[in-house]
Amino acid sequence: MTIREVVKLLDAQILCGEDRLDTEIHTACGSDMMSDVLAYVKDQSVLLTGLLNPQVVRTAEMMDMLCIVFVRGKRPEQSVIELAREKGIVLLSTEKRLFVACGILYTNGLGG
Amino acid sequence: MECLKLEFDVDGENFSSAGNASESVKRTLKQIGVPPASVRRVAIAMYEGEINMVIHAHGGKAEVDIYPDRAEIWLKDRGPGIANIDLAMKEGYSTASDNIRSLGFGAGMGLPNMKKYSDEMKIDSTVGVGTTVFLRINF
Repeated sequence: MTIREVVKLLDAQILCGEDRLDTEIHTACGSDMMSDVLAYVKDQSVLLTGLLNPQVVRTAEMMDMLCIVFVRGKRPEQSVIELAREKGIVLLSTEKRLFVACGILYTNGLGG
Repeated sequence: MECLKLEFDVDGENFSSAGNASESVKRTLKQIGVPPASVRRVAIAMYEGEINMVIHAHGGKAEVDIYPDRAEIWLKDRGPGIANIDLAMKEGYSTASDNIRSLGFGAGMGLPNMKKYSDEMKIDSTVGVGTTVFLRINF
C-alpha cells in the first residue's frame, strides 16, 4: 500500500512529508523500545511508536525507514518534525493506540 | 591500502544530538557507493555505540577508517568503564536508569546489537578510566 492509504486507514494527520505520500510500503513494526527496533527489524519501512524524542527519527533513519506513525494522538516537538523533514521521513499522527493501529494496517495487507 | 579517515566528538551532554556522527558516516558510505546493506550495518553498530557513549560515559571520540572493503571504528570514552564485560554483553542486561529507558534505550541490547552487526568487536575497558570499543564491518 502507499503511505496515503496508511493516512486514510489510521485517520492520521500528516506532520511532514506531504510530497512523499505515494511511496509504496510493504512492511511495518510497532515498538516503543528503539533498541529492539535496531535489533530485530529487517527492511520494515514504517515504524509505529508512542515515543516522541529525536532518537525515534534517528533510529528510523539508520534503518532506512520511510515513515513514522505516532500513536495515541501524540505529536512531537517542532524540532523533531524538522529533523524528519531534513531526512525525508514522513511523519504521521493518529489517535489510535499502538495495538489497534498495527492491527488495522496488518489486516489491510501490510506485513510484519 | 587507501583509507579515508573521519573523526568526531560525541557530545555527552546532549541526548538529542546522539547519532550525528553515525549519520555522517552513513552519508559518506552511501556517497562512495558502499552496498546499502553494509551501510546499514555500520550505521546501526556505530549508532548503538554513540548512544552508549552519551547515556553511560559523558560522550567521547569516534574515529572511523574507511577502506575499500571495510570500515574500522574506534569509540573512545573516559566514562566509568565496564566492570564485567561478559555480563554487559548479555542481551537484556543494562545499568541504564529508568530515565534512559523512557527514551527508548537501556534495554540491554546496545552491545549485543553492536556485536550482531559487526564482523569483529573488541572492548577494552578499565573501571574509572574509560572504555574503547573497536568495531570492524566488512562490506
